[in-house]
Amino acid sequence: MSAREKYVPVIGIECHVELKTATKMFCGCPNEFGGEPNTKVCPVCLGMPGALPVPNAAAIEHMIAAGLAFGADIPAFSKFDRKNYFYPDMPKDYQISQYDMPLTQGGEVRYWLDDGTIKSCRLTRIHLEEDTGKSTHAGSGDGRIAGSAYSLIDFNRAGVPLMECVSEPEIHSAQDAVAYLEALRRTLLALGVSDVKMEEGSLRCDANVSVRLADAKELGTKTEIKNMNSFRSVGRAIESEIERQIALLESGGRVVQETRGWDEANGVSVSMRSKEEAHDYRYFPDPDLVPLEISREDVERIRGTLGELPWQRYERYTAEYGIGPKPATQLLDNLSLARYFDRIVAISANPQQSANFVLGDLSRLANENGIAIADSKVSPEHLAELIALVEAKTINSKIAKELLARMWEGAGSPKALVEGEGLAQTSDPAAIEGFVDDVLAANPGVVADYRAGKTNVGGFLVGQVMKASRGKADPALVNALLARKLQG
Amino acid sequence: MAGMVELLGAQIARGVNAREVSAREVAEAFLARAVAVDGRVGAYLTLLAERAREAAARVDARVAAGEQLPLAGVPVAVKDNMCLEGTRTTCGSRILEGWIAPYTATAVARLIEAGAVPIGKTNLDEFAMGSSCENSALGVTRNPYDLERVPGGSSGGSAAAVAAREAAIGLGSDTGGSIREPGAFCNLVGFKPTYGRVSRYGLIAFASSLDQIGPLTRSVEDAALAYDVMSGFDPMDATSIDRPVEPAATGLRTDIGGLRIGLVRQFDTQGLGEEIDEAYDRAYHDLQALGAELVDVTLPTADYGLATYYLIAPAECSSNLARFDGVRYGLRVDGADVREMYDRTRAAGFGPEVKRRILIGTYALSSGYYDAYYVRAQKARTLIARDFDAAFAQCDLIACPAASSPAFRFNAKSDPYSMYLMDYYTIPMSLAGLPALSVPCGWVTPDGGSAPMPLGLQLCAPLFGERLLLGAAHAYERLTRHADAHKPALGEVAPT
Amino acid sequence: MSSEKIDVRYVAELARIALTDEEVDRFGEQLGDLLAHVNALAELDTNAVPATAQVIESRNVTREDSVRPGLEREVVLAQAPSRQGAFFRVPRIIAE
Repeated sequence: MSAREKYVPVIGIECHVELKTATKMFCGCPNEFGGEPNTKVCPVCLGMPGALPVPNAAAIEHMIAAGLAFGADIPAFSKFDRKNYFYPDMPKDYQISQYDMPLTQGGEVRYWLDDGTIKSCRLTRIHLEEDTGKSTHAGSGDGRIAGSAYSLIDFNRAGVPLMECVSEPEIHSAQDAVAYLEALRRTLLALGVSDVKMEEGSLRCDANVSVRLADAKELGTKTEIKNMNSFRSVGRAIESEIERQIALLESGGRVVQETRGWDEANGVSVSMRSKEEAHDYRYFPDPDLVPLEISREDVERIRGTLGELPWQRYERYTAEYGIGPKPATQLLDNLSLARYFDRIVAISANPQQSANFVLGDLSRLANENGIAIADSKVSPEHLAELIALVEAKTINSKIAKELLARMWEGAGSPKALVEGEGLAQTSDPAAIEGFVDDVLAANPGVVADYRAGKTNVGGFLVGQVMKASRGKADPALVNALLARKLQG
Repeated sequence: MAGMVELLGAQIARGVNAREVSAREVAEAFLARAVAVDGRVGAYLTLLAERAREAAARVDARVAAGEQLPLAGVPVAVKDNMCLEGTRTTCGSRILEGWIAPYTATAVARLIEAGAVPIGKTNLDEFAMGSSCENSALGVTRNPYDLERVPGGSSGGSAAAVAAREAAIGLGSDTGGSIREPGAFCNLVGFKPTYGRVSRYGLIAFASSLDQIGPLTRSVEDAALAYDVMSGFDPMDATSIDRPVEPAATGLRTDIGGLRIGLVRQFDTQGLGEEIDEAYDRAYHDLQALGAELVDVTLPTADYGLATYYLIAPAECSSNLARFDGVRYGLRVDGADVREMYDRTRAAGFGPEVKRRILIGTYALSSGYYDAYYVRAQKARTLIARDFDAAFAQCDLIACPAASSPAFRFNAKSDPYSMYLMDYYTIPMSLAGLPALSVPCGWVTPDGGSAPMPLGLQLCAPLFGERLLLGAAHAYERLTRHADAHKPALGEVAPT
Repeated sequence: MSSEKIDVRYVAELARIALTDEEVDRFGEQLGDLLAHVNALAELDTNAVPATAQVIESRNVTREDSVRPGLEREVVLAQAPSRQGAFFRVPRIIAE
């Protein structure tokens, strides 16, 4: 047994997700990424003396929607608390957050792996809080906090609504952790409650990692890994940390509880441990805000807006339609594509064939032309017609491809084209035999070559027969007849 | 126009609306008065002469255009913990010295919209923490009735300004008695509305769940006028109450016949001194003589008010004052790193009383003490509020002293706790969020002084009982006229 | 309720206020006195009593998600004790 196999990794993921609203959590400043520093600010989000917070109703609804999507309970009563600590990019030197009565309780994220395995991870908590401003560390050359001479602060982000989402430590591989994050991201995107972009910081995540011997009951000492800037780097960082901890334990060392920063360029994590000061956040109910009472009517109204969730769609595509995990995921990761697909399936009887067309030829055309499929001239109804023509063997795949290209240009109904231009596949053996005989007669040299053993020229002859039939001959019949006559 | 500064707010508004006098003339008279006497009184930290003239000119233009404004041309002194755009706002603290407010507090904006003219920003105990104005880092304010005595606090500057006729109406804030006590000390009506009735937006917070803005005036009618203008829901303050306000200034009652007024039995044992006890007994007797029925009530938990207050208010203040960190505004004392900059800035910027309260509040919220101190205080707060509920089942209003003594001499209360005791009678109402006011109820000549000093009677009503409260106070004021017995010891001022 | 002495130095660190030794002694004594008064609350039976955070029972005071004008950057930065270009500037941050 290798060292790796003796241990079970235990991983918990903590995410901060900026909610997509027009304005910040407690004031009317715009909630937008970027912009000139310190231009999206007001007395409230700058923590000016005398300014007071008033909660954004839309952010509260987003939280409830997210909670419901994760199957969490929405308690009837919730409140905001202050988390007190000093930091220069936190304007009031306390953060308005939720401590013991968050808007949602419990819940789980259902995720799946490439091989189709479906798993779920329970949530320890989801709560609503406000984001901080952004510090830029200067004077050290590399932009890091360590060794910097001073810091510059932009408060544009201060006060943006932020959802904190903490998973239970019940993820057991880097691969699962990434799949968990992908499912979380998909869900929030589908709900429209966040852009969930790691590159813009609207999703930020840290991982708590520990390992324990496979038969051990107790958890090992955990470390917290920060500074991952993509899902890929989350996977790499966790894998690297698992390896590091196992190597440490195998060589007789012990894991120290600490925070480590992931260095993507060098593929290693570095201890960020400085003087360990116990935090004493002095949470207490924010006296500037009044409690929230969430009516059951509101909960049901919001539940009614959720629509089909990504994991539900995934189960429908795979279990009901028999589409593979990868194409199913590809479809549902593009919501407008998935909706387009669903409209085809609603008309056409063959979801797998539909998926092939949508993800294959149609996606290629869309990519080549830089137009989203949903915005193209190919309507789901016409594509369903095309699929039905192929299904019924009225046209072969070559004609189908040609027709699709013309439909992309706006040619309209494929059925009308087939009827109008006589493109229906020829499956009449007598007619095809005529084409075959003509081709054999016109190419005696090739026929001789074939009969002399150069059977690779058969493809040429098939092509000639198809051409003679203007592509309409049933390729299977052509092959069969040619083979018989060449051998005869 | 020497007599102009003697006018009450309601009289000024009537005159300006009738175009018998211009807002500009009124402003000039009060500015001249401030220039003449404020060197001795020290009510103002900032005199807003130009701004007042501009505001008065706008009022005159509006009146000329046919508008009738409830506070047309009424000069207002604003406590310097309320923001007024473009003016320095200090909270009486070094940590905010030089800070220019970039926006205006809702209550101040509503007064100005109603025709009031801001004359200046007034001194206060630093961050409104104190009962004498002695905790201001920026200046000394004296009681206009005896310059050797304090004006009370924390709204001492606004109280002194109105008492000295440097403004017609003063704006104060009351967390545990900071309007009512200086009102009593300066022979004024000091009125704290129900918590949440007046928006706190732009009031620099001391203790958010207790702070409330209210007027200091020379008549109950003026207090009612200011209240009517300032009160009501403000979308910028989530704790302001979204419930219609019953206007109080029109139809103020002129008698208290049939009202049941509760006297708090255990308060009698406080023993304020013979002369003072007698004065309050006379006040209660007057209430009875005017037709009120006196009933005994008990507030068994009220004795725990101080203990409760000195956990809740400091806990909230420790968090509210964290933002004064030298990063975005105000004082900064540099350091080798951010942490040292914080430590030094806050050490240099806050005075001892503010530090004491931040420390006790930080302690009360800290890990291991939260339940024993903060939560227990919140529960005691519930009990105190329930006591009032029970008492108001037996009476319409409660009457008691507004402060533990009349205005005292400077440096008389060097021990912090003896200062805290000044608010023994006002804190329970604050904890319960109740509307309460002090109204002049007599004069005493305390501790060997030569000048008679005013006493204040505190009246308290159930939540949202402002109209009844102001009405009863108005009737009492009309029938007793205690305020008129003496004038401030400033002498006559040369006419302008 | 605790009767132990306040660790003034620790509390002052949490509150980010530098204290002199003299202040530590003086505040320690004054806060100890105040706590002695405050400890009277232990006499109250509060076991079954709910805590009051807000004295007026309002609920769900929120605002519409619509943009309001903010402050001009120059107005904001003019107040800064130290600025660099469009940013507020602070001394180096030591990670904690």
